[in-house]
Amino acid sequence: MSLSAKHLLGIRDLKRSDIELIFQTADQFKEVLQRPIKKVPTLRDTTIVNVFFENSTRTRISFELAEKRLGADVVNFSASGSSVSKGETLIDTVNNILSMKVDLVVMRHSATGAPHFLSKHINVPIVNAGDGINEHPTQALLDAFSIRERLGSVEGKKVAICGDIMHSRVALSNIYCLKKLGAEVTVAGPPTLIPKYIAEALGVNVTYDIREALNWCDVANILRIQLERQNMPLFSSLREYSLAYGVNRALLDSLQKEIVIMHPGPINRGVELSSDVADSGQSIILDQVENGVATRMAVLYLLARKEGAKE
Amino acid sequence: MKSILTDRQLAITIDRLSHQLIENHPQFENTVLIGLQPRGIYLSDRINNKLQTLLPGVKVPYGRLDITFYRDDYKSGKGLHTPNETDIDFSIDNKHVVLVDDVLYTGRTIRSAMDAMLDFGRPATVELLVLIDRRFSRELPIQPDYTGRTIDAIITEKVRVLWKERDGKDEVVLIA
Repeated sequence: MSLSAKHLLGIRDLKRSDIELIFQTADQFKEVLQRPIKKVPTLRDTTIVNVFFENSTRTRISFELAEKRLGADVVNFSASGSSVSKGETLIDTVNNILSMKVDLVVMRHSATGAPHFLSKHINVPIVNAGDGINEHPTQALLDAFSIRERLGSVEGKKVAICGDIMHSRVALSNIYCLKKLGAEVTVAGPPTLIPKYIAEALGVNVTYDIREALNWCDVANILRIQLERQNMPLFSSLREYSLAYGVNRALLDSLQKEIVIMHPGPINRGVELSSDVADSGQSIILDQVENGVATRMAVLYLLARKEGAKE
Repeated sequence: MKSILTDRQLAITIDRLSHQLIENHPQFENTVLIGLQPRGIYLSDRINNKLQTLLPGVKVPYGRLDITFYRDDYKSGKGLHTPNETDIDFSIDNKHVVLVDDVLYTGRTIRSAMDAMLDFGRPATVELLVLIDRRFSRELPIQPDYTGRTIDAIITEKVRVLWKERDGKDEVVLIA
């Protein structure tokens, strides 16, 4: 029983059995998180460094909590205020950190492929905490885990991923993960924010009509408009986006059924999602955050041993 | 393969162990039973059922504990263990805890179990009940309070406890 990959660089590299193993392990960590003492000593001899070259709140805190609740020693590194601003290369930065006897690296980087590049040069497991517009594997795992928790399983479910598909690493990882687990996926959003050949390339349905997507799905994963990744305007204004693609109470009430609402955070309240929907009983946004710690504990538990293990 | 306990002997042994527990904890007022995952729970299920018969009307608090995350061989290269379910829905604070496992060998599982258990509270006392005690094989100073059968097996031999629920028959065998 072990993951087939040494690193977690993306969901694309995982097998369905890997994902199921992570969920099975996360189930037990979720139980640990309900205990009076929410901590186990499994990784007490392991040092993990969180290398964040890009801003993050929940992902970094979630990883840090997961690491601490596994009993690991944790070192945090953020690019701002570090020697990176003096021109140090990625490999040099990470190798310097590893020389201090670190066993596992969790990395976020604004450049697509940065963890893949690093994995060819260093010998310890790497967990990708988001690379550019490529993948955010642990977010996809916790999303699928939350769907499984709410609806019993992912297999056969209809999931709509709505919003800025083009710039979203969450969208790509979610598509890989949900498809591997047997779900049907539709992406919905403005034509300018949906890659042209996504249907052929990834086997998803595409619609430019949010109402059609919501009417079809069991679960809607509403994504954030990533203005920071857009070099040129891809829609006229946030107000117009909100009117055409925002999910609000009136829109949900007009559907024939009750769907589950997800959002990877942080929410632009009033843009892609209205506050009353985000805070309603239909929303599992806070469950996603809670499940993030358990799924990340599972990933770390399954990977941390790879270093030095006779396999 | 040599039989250590037949199905009949196993039933008698479980009967005896249950009576011994009642001798020391007459009404189980402040005593709880905790079976160790994965294999100890077959024995603890049987003992729990027996106690229900022997003490009608008495509800014995019974939980199952998984020790995967407390093992000391995480990095030993022996293969990663899949965790099992932990289900303890009562407090063990100031309780007399009886830990139940099928085979006591090196003592490392029980060491992990005590670590895991302490994350649920601070028990008054802890006792250990095992079906098979492989004495002379201990790596840690841990001894059972209640023993089904004590055997002297050499290190290359393996004790296997078969349960009807899982293996189709009740028997304890020694595999050379």
